[in-house]
Amino acid sequence: MKFTCLSKGRGFHFPPCHMLNFCGIRILLDCPLDLSALLAFSPIPTSLDCLSVVESFNTEANGFDSGVGFGKRQKIEKLLHAQSLLFAEPWYKTVNNLHLWNSSFIDVVLISSPMGIMGLPFLTRIKGFSAKIYVTEASARLGQLMMEDLISMHVEFRHFYGPEESNFPSWLRQEELEILPSELREIILGKDGLEWGGWMPLYSAADVKDCMLKINTLNYAEEACYNGTLVIKAFSSGMEIGSCNWVLNSPKGDIAYVSGSSFISAHAMPFDYCSLQGTCALIYSDFFSLGDTQDSSDADNYSVSAADKLQPMSSQDLAGFNHNSVENSEEKEKLDFICSNTINYIQKGGSVLIPIDRLGTVLLLLEEMTASLEASDLKVPVYIISSMAEELLALLNIIPEWLCKQRQEKLFAGEQLFAHVNLLKEKKIHVVPAIHSHELLTNWQEPCIVFCPHWSMRMGPVVHLLRQWCGNPNSLLILEDVLNLELALLPFQPVAMKVLQCLFPSGIGLQTVQPLLKLLRPKTVLCPEELRLQTNLSSENSFSVLYYTEAETLKVPYRKHSSEIKIATDLASHFYWKTFKKEEINITKLKGELLMENGRHHLLLENDNKNSSSNKSLEHLGLPDSEKLMAALSKMGISGNIEHGMSDAKSQTACTIHIHDPYKASIEIGTTGTIITTADENVASSIYKIIDNILKAV
Amino acid sequence: MAIETLVLGAGQEVGKSCVLVTINGKRIMFDCGMHMGFLDHRRYPDFTLVDPNQDFNSAITCIIITHFHLDHVGALAYFTEVCGYSGPIYMTYPTKALAPLMLEDYRKVMVDRRGEEELFSSNQIAECMKKVTAVDLRQTVQVDEDLQIRAYYAGHVIGAAMFYAKVGDAEMVYTGDYNMTPDRHLGAAQIDRLRLDLLITESTYATTIRDSRYAREREFLKAVHKCVSCGGKVLIPTFALGRAQELCILLEDYWERMNLKVPIYFSAGLTIQANAYYKMLISWTSQKIKDTYSKHNAFDFKNVQKFEKSMIDAPGPCVLFATPGMISGGFSLEVFKHWAVSENNLVTLPGYCVAGTIGHKLMSDKRGKVDLDANTRIDVRCQVHQLAFSPHTDSKGIMDLVNFLAPKHVILVHGEKHKMASLKEKIHSEFGIQCYDPANNETICIPSTHYVNAEASDTFIRSCLSPNFTFQKCNSADIYNSTTPDKNLMPMLQVEDERVSEGVLVVEKGKKAKIVHQDELLLMLEEQKHDTLSGTF
Repeated sequence: MKFTCLSKGRGFHFPPCHMLNFCGIRILLDCPLDLSALLAFSPIPTSLDCLSVVESFNTEANGFDSGVGFGKRQKIEKLLHAQSLLFAEPWYKTVNNLHLWNSSFIDVVLISSPMGIMGLPFLTRIKGFSAKIYVTEASARLGQLMMEDLISMHVEFRHFYGPEESNFPSWLRQEELEILPSELREIILGKDGLEWGGWMPLYSAADVKDCMLKINTLNYAEEACYNGTLVIKAFSSGMEIGSCNWVLNSPKGDIAYVSGSSFISAHAMPFDYCSLQGTCALIYSDFFSLGDTQDSSDADNYSVSAADKLQPMSSQDLAGFNHNSVENSEEKEKLDFICSNTINYIQKGGSVLIPIDRLGTVLLLLEEMTASLEASDLKVPVYIISSMAEELLALLNIIPEWLCKQRQEKLFAGEQLFAHVNLLKEKKIHVVPAIHSHELLTNWQEPCIVFCPHWSMRMGPVVHLLRQWCGNPNSLLILEDVLNLELALLPFQPVAMKVLQCLFPSGIGLQTVQPLLKLLRPKTVLCPEELRLQTNLSSENSFSVLYYTEAETLKVPYRKHSSEIKIATDLASHFYWKTFKKEEINITKLKGELLMENGRHHLLLENDNKNSSSNKSLEHLGLPDSEKLMAALSKMGISGNIEHGMSDAKSQTACTIHIHDPYKASIEIGTTGTIITTADENVASSIYKIIDNILKAV
Repeated sequence: MAIETLVLGAGQEVGKSCVLVTINGKRIMFDCGMHMGFLDHRRYPDFTLVDPNQDFNSAITCIIITHFHLDHVGALAYFTEVCGYSGPIYMTYPTKALAPLMLEDYRKVMVDRRGEEELFSSNQIAECMKKVTAVDLRQTVQVDEDLQIRAYYAGHVIGAAMFYAKVGDAEMVYTGDYNMTPDRHLGAAQIDRLRLDLLITESTYATTIRDSRYAREREFLKAVHKCVSCGGKVLIPTFALGRAQELCILLEDYWERMNLKVPIYFSAGLTIQANAYYKMLISWTSQKIKDTYSKHNAFDFKNVQKFEKSMIDAPGPCVLFATPGMISGGFSLEVFKHWAVSENNLVTLPGYCVAGTIGHKLMSDKRGKVDLDANTRIDVRCQVHQLAFSPHTDSKGIMDLVNFLAPKHVILVHGEKHKMASLKEKIHSEFGIQCYDPANNETICIPSTHYVNAEASDTFIRSCLSPNFTFQKCNSADIYNSTTPDKNLMPMLQVEDERVSEGVLVVEKGKKAKIVHQDELLLMLEEQKHDTLSGTF
């Protein structure tokens, strides 16, 4: 088995991406898009912005011309301001290392979450791409909605900038990249400055449609069999509705793939870790636990971040994984904090803008916020502005099989799965497809609470609302964990509105990694290099640990050197056994039909019972005893005389038997073979039979 | 190795489906239903046969319920709460959601209307449902280390499933009720090609072959339309779930098209509440209905209103869905008493009514007097329309399924005795498959597949992967001498690919069986190969 990490990803919206070669089958794990790279682009400029862009562009270009060779000048130019963002139709950043692979050699694509599907249309539209794609049904539906939403938000750019002039945008030229501020250059080219090739213009709606047609959807724990060899199963990971971990079974062993997983979830079915037990190899790819510690204090105003409890849990605590009340109450506290802030700002007369795209967080906030509005007797409208919102909300209420236990209980009690169904009916929330929809314009009221995409704050309704409210210190912006808040807000500076960044715990959590792996009992664990520094896995564990880094291939030897074959008993009863007495070995030649089914070899009774020639092609062992042969021949009425060969080493012939009665023939007995020479075929075969009886045959 | 099947219910009859299957030491109870036609002990399966000591928890590995109809789930609450079974129970999500409604409805009819002593309480139904694990379609559930089960879509009613079970190497499918053709709101049954030892299938329509359901639907709509346009009232006695929603979708569609304003009523709150469940479970319906979820959920009936008791004698035409079906009592019987006396009115009946119900009496004798009980007799003058479409598969569907799955043995349940016998004969003669139709409390024992494991060397596996064709010419003399009746069928050139016969199975005392390639064998036995060639000069 060979494993290559193509990208470690970055957070919730950009899951990791790996390539796996297992049993000669090439498997791509996830195909995400790095939408955080959108930060390098400017949102659609207002007319005011436009003017300044042209100006700044000129000055910068001039500065570059005269500044060649002067290091100091360049440093000054690297200062980041709103005008240094890219004013162009955005391109999208795919996983750069994926382009090093020939996509037509990929056999299987496994998509672990709705976020992992975002880059798939780039792959499926390539000529020659023929891999089987497996996605859970819920991930596929959510993923499709997200991709369609992305396309509809992108249309605004296309309208503004017009059709592209060439296949190669000017901002991607070497000389243009050189004068970019370092922050932007790093976004575009990566830390190593090599990720240039990952940029792509957005796929079309037709590409998405075509991509969805090529997908095979699965339910949790459904067995899909690729090529008879590989049995593929998805188990819930708890990260998002439909997100999953994978177990792959083959005759050579089995592999578990653990993507970002979560033990508790207020909406999705939680992490089903029990089903991942006892595999030969486990690929650990939950990067959430790793990122947490590094950058959580970026927010300038408030910051709610997960306090890491680093003392490891004991294995006994594992039974309670899914009902971890500590984390639950922590989450509840954060929700309460956000809601009370919202109420505060509403009471001050400002509006609240929530550009969060994490479904779980949005649903929780929606339920909590409407409840606390009611409790404090505030009558402000809640708007959800998104092209996919209506369908998404309807969808959420018809997929009970994919939800957490509490939601499923609602189904069995005959209640709506989510509160939003009733909220919609009671007109407490309003869902509109776009900011310019008629329904919104006629109903619009401020102050209000708005949920809308996109979290990058570069596209979608959020851009327009942020421009309107950013100067108002009584308004509140609630963000999910943004890596570079300064850059995110850059186009809207000066920002007077309050910013609240909320970070909800996600992922397995550093302190649970070790007890979890102990419980899963894999033989080998593949871990990201980063984990080596943060936890000590190798001590006192029953499994061996291998560490992987991006773009490096790890080879993991198979533990089994032979495969199992299941032989049907009705076939086995037809076998003709030969016994070798001295070693008490029984031997039989195989027959029947060998099948590869569900990752197992089966040997079954053939349907058409033709008398195959297999009896003829017996193998003979040892040397025929010439004396015995003579005796057997004379019994059949055949007589002849033996001529012993010369006993020198060069001669291959041990002896020759000349037969003259009733016909002429010669039998040459050699050390490795016997040659029968006659004039008549029938004679030859009768002599053959006699020798056959004497020799040990298999 | 054998699979033992004890039929506790639905053997050569319809009602109280319950089959106990023992495979390699595991015991699975498929369905736990009650018989609607009996009121005494015969309504439940004879559970004493399961275990003489009544220790059901150790006698049964798990219970599997295929769908929410009472003849499949009716005895479950009794079995868990009264008989004390507390092991695992599996059913699909819709079945888990809707079965308690059916049980509660039945309990009410039993206690409130018939005044019987209740066999289980509402509380017990709730307790029983807590023990149920909901499963999704095609999900492989590991019940314990050896037992695997999996649900397949069965059509019939929402959430109906066929269940596949595997213990060791033995595999079987129990179909429950199924429908091989899609209907208004559900898709057709779907299953994978499997290597089955046993198929236990329903055979309600063992000898019937139905034509297009669209013609039948038109007949129904015409009858309803004719009745309401003459100012008559239409009574559709149905159970709360399944048929009610199917007919309602049909009527809604027709009402929209014909722009009819005649009210459609649902009796009692139960059916309205059932629609709320259907809305959430829409992904278990047919593709066409499923696609409607985002704009207008097809189970959001626009023309449907709630019916009040006082409206029974109100003038004017209307359509009323009333529970229970087959007019076996309750509200539908009450309405029937009032409406049956007028020729203007119409009563629709399902294709199958259990013996002993008013529906059954009406079907056998369409007009005339019907005895409700010893003291009441009604003069039935209204029209009776029998629905000719059914959510059960017809005989062709059963044959198709048997042919597709090609199991080694078939057991027929859930049908009428003489029809089952003829289907059994047909399956045996057409497919050459052993087929049984046991009566209640009979046990059928069939052999099951068993595999011997052997370790195969990589060389053998690799040699099996690459083709190794040999071509053999048949000379005309061979063809002439062969006993094949049609000599033209023998090709002149025969292609053989005998990769398997290069393998040798070696069983050494005290070691695991091993398969090696013939080239490796010599090394293993430390002997030399000896070729024998014969040649002619």
